[in-house]
Amino acid sequence: MAEPILKLSGVKADIDQYHILHGVDLVVPKGELTVLLGRNGAGKSTTLRTIMGLTTLTGGTVTYQGQDISRWPTPKIARAGIAFVPESMGIFGLLTVRENLVLAAVSGPMDEARLQWIFDLFPPLKKFWDKPAGTLSGGQKQMLAIARAVIEPRDLLLVDEPTKGLAPAIINDLADAFDQLKEQQVSILLVEQNFNFSRRLGQTVAVMNDGAVVHAGTMAELAENEELQQDLLGLGLGAHQ
Amino acid sequence: MLSRILSEDFPRSKTLTALLLVIVVSLALGPFLFDGIRAFTTLGMICVFIMVVAAYDLMLGYTHIVSFAHTMFFGIGAYGVAMAVDGMGNSFGAVLVGIIGALAVSFVLSLLLGLLSLRVKAIFFALVTLAVAFAFLSLVTQLYNITGGEDGMRVRVPRELGPAFRPFENSLPGIDVPTLLKGLLTQPWNIGQVWQEATFEVRFNGRNVMYYVLVAMATGVFLFLLRLVNSPFGRVLQAIRENEFRAEALGYRTVVYRTAVVILSALVATLAGAGFALINRYVNPENTLNFELMVFILLMCVIGGMGTLYGAIVGSTLFILAQNYLQDLLGWVGQYTAGIPLVENLLGEDHWLLWFGVLFVLSVYFFPAGVVGQLRIWALQRRNRKSPPPSGPEAEPVAQT
Amino acid sequence: MTEETTAMPLSETGSGSERERRSPIEWLRDQREHRAHLFLLAIMLLASIAVIDFRTWLVLTISGVAMGAVLFLMASGMTLTFGLMSVLNLAHGAFISLGAFAGGTVLAFWLDGFASSPSFLTNLVAIIPALLFAAFIAGVVGLVFEKLVIKPVYGDHLKQILVTVGGSIILMQLIEVIWGPNEIPVTRPEALQGAFLVPEALPLIGGIVLEKYRLVAVVLGLAIYAGMLWIIDRTRIGILIRAGVESREMVEIQGYRIHLLFLGVFIAGSALAGLGGVMWGMYKELLTPHMGDEMMISVIVVIILGGLGSIRGCFYGALLVGLINLYIGFVEPRLAAVATVGLMVGVLMWRPQGLIPVIKV
Repeated sequence: MAEPILKLSGVKADIDQYHILHGVDLVVPKGELTVLLGRNGAGKSTTLRTIMGLTTLTGGTVTYQGQDISRWPTPKIARAGIAFVPESMGIFGLLTVRENLVLAAVSGPMDEARLQWIFDLFPPLKKFWDKPAGTLSGGQKQMLAIARAVIEPRDLLLVDEPTKGLAPAIINDLADAFDQLKEQQVSILLVEQNFNFSRRLGQTVAVMNDGAVVHAGTMAELAENEELQQDLLGLGLGAHQ
Repeated sequence: MLSRILSEDFPRSKTLTALLLVIVVSLALGPFLFDGIRAFTTLGMICVFIMVVAAYDLMLGYTHIVSFAHTMFFGIGAYGVAMAVDGMGNSFGAVLVGIIGALAVSFVLSLLLGLLSLRVKAIFFALVTLAVAFAFLSLVTQLYNITGGEDGMRVRVPRELGPAFRPFENSLPGIDVPTLLKGLLTQPWNIGQVWQEATFEVRFNGRNVMYYVLVAMATGVFLFLLRLVNSPFGRVLQAIRENEFRAEALGYRTVVYRTAVVILSALVATLAGAGFALINRYVNPENTLNFELMVFILLMCVIGGMGTLYGAIVGSTLFILAQNYLQDLLGWVGQYTAGIPLVENLLGEDHWLLWFGVLFVLSVYFFPAGVVGQLRIWALQRRNRKSPPPSGPEAEPVAQT
Repeated sequence: MTEETTAMPLSETGSGSERERRSPIEWLRDQREHRAHLFLLAIMLLASIAVIDFRTWLVLTISGVAMGAVLFLMASGMTLTFGLMSVLNLAHGAFISLGAFAGGTVLAFWLDGFASSPSFLTNLVAIIPALLFAAFIAGVVGLVFEKLVIKPVYGDHLKQILVTVGGSIILMQLIEVIWGPNEIPVTRPEALQGAFLVPEALPLIGGIVLEKYRLVAVVLGLAIYAGMLWIIDRTRIGILIRAGVESREMVEIQGYRIHLLFLGVFIAGSALAGLGGVMWGMYKELLTPHMGDEMMISVIVVIILGGLGSIRGCFYGALLVGLINLYIGFVEPRLAAVATVGLMVGVLMWRPQGLIPVIKV
């Protein structure tokens, strides 16, 4: 396993009076795609939000590239090179596609070559360039959300269920996009429920249950062991689309 | 017995109980304990505002509805009585007609406001009530042929409530407490003379009768509201305050409850306004409808303690005392600061409100539960220190903001 | 003749050919739904011109637009602070008063020599510093106010209402401490006094009398509106503000410190309120500590009409309020305030989110 870019040890977090994370230990290796699996309510989204500093951490540490970022404010974490695509995608619906991307390029004007690359990945973005992002379809919004995350080179992407509610054809496009990002050695932490999608992309995998990581290993190992899948995920293959 | 009267909602703090007892006794025996017209006016205002603020607390404290139209209803009550006696002569019948008419107007207006709150969200409601109250104020000021405009109206009260009416042949004995206390502090050796100086004759007249009518009204209104907030109705209100969605999900028509609260609070304010007109015998836009008055009501409610009702008693008393006597205090301090350019100005007696504003902002930050809430918190902490495991109904949170 | 009445609804309409295919009723219905602000404005202009003599109407309309421009200055800051951080600043009126007093001090005491000169250029030596000083003082106090009063109570509407009401009392009292409790007369700079007489020779509008100051207010108001629209629509800061109105969290996730942005908007909003205050003070030629509070009602109606958080909505709301005040005030002065609030209640019944909604509260 490569050296870790992100390391969570014993991370605890509460939402209101509920304890959501009970001590999450998780390692995201540099330059790999790690999939975080688990049932609804296992704490996957909260884990991502806690890394971003959106949920207050009540115990444990988050280490990113050797720095303890547990108490950093969200903007500082973002500027350190972590991009986050939340489950809701967080598109600014009243802003145009262009304006969404202009904002995402934090450090200045957008890089033309990189923009071209994004257009090649997601042609609809070019087509609807000056349309309000709120008028895009669900899949196009997801493309914009991911485009926003990669409009500038980032070290780590946190992506929460990008395939949720999308048509299979679009899911394939997304998978291609992730493949290209992997080639560029971007580290990715992907929360997924779609096991087929995860298996195609993931190199390492962690499974959460009830606010803690209950299994961590390589994707290959989990993909081969159906018993383990049944045990951890409680699902047969293909139960999810 | 006491527990039934107070609907089992006790002050729950010894200091608070003592404070309330002092206030209640002072109000009940007021004309016999405080000499002079200024003290009498102050006592009357405290009674009026206990009603107004308690009704406001029902909205603000118990339901978290912020309304700036409370003075509008207060004004409707005051002007209703004033206009009725103006048109029909100073009989009890006219007063009754005025009160009933005012209640009817308030009912319709508050129903409309309540229904409007169906259409808009909470924060809008505050702004809308502010604008509506302002429109009403401007209407009253402009329609001077029936309201007297800026000049206001003199209220000709029934004879039995006026200074000419004497229910008792002889004057009654009274002890002026401030003089007595001052005497006891400055010359305790001379107790006989102090006593003599403090006694005064109370010429009990119709205004005192009106005062006791007010005391009775305030008592009735307060105990009624106390009963109300401790009834199942009140519990639903608090459920709505804590979590409107959950209350809705439990099957409560929150809209109905909120509208009912707005109406009820408006009606009580109207009644208090009528009482105000009768004791003050003069109404104008400034003393019944002004935005500043609205802010004062808000201050009284918050400083007393939102969501406690007892806060209405404490808050009104403290504020009205401050309004009437803080100027004296500042004037006294002013003697010593005269000549220092800016300080002199800052501590000028006209600027008591500045200091009250500062006090208010600080108290929202540091004592959001108000005087009553804070006293209860301290009492609870003391009790917990004595018997470590906190248990029983006392452990419930005292006030949320 | 009614350039304004017809030009406005057309200016933003899509391609003409598309419109022609539909019946006029449908077109109207469409306008009512999608351009409620222009629809309402058109109705108001048409209804008033039907009952008021044309020349009077023109003067009233220009005065109404002038009042609208000043109202827009006052209201824009409040609507943006609400939109961005859902902070309801009820002390906004105090900033209006503060600006009026600060600017008035420059005009009446510091540079009164320049202000009373008959030359417009010399007047400018007093006017421009007065405007800048008003904006500066209101902005600086805004900075302090945000840090001390508002920041500790983010996210709690009830406490916000309480502390800003308290803060408003404090500011108003401080104004009284500094400037005294009495009204202060401020004469308008010489060149802005008096009125234009439109030459009799001109058709239709010949012979009408237009107060100079109102024209200046219209020009300044429109210029600031144009400037703000440019900032909001074209610049990165503008995009950021609009994004923040939609979702604070996502703005932070992108790496921007939303609080800094908010602080900037709050200061700018306070400065604009101060600017509006000094404009209003010059118009009334009299300063009272409560002048801001008196304007607050109109300001509140404006931002509710427009839709909280919307600059464009704020502008149209201000125009509508300015116009209705003048029209109704002309017909029956006693009903002006009632009509303003009636307009608001009516619009709320029709569109609870305001004319140009941008956020859901």
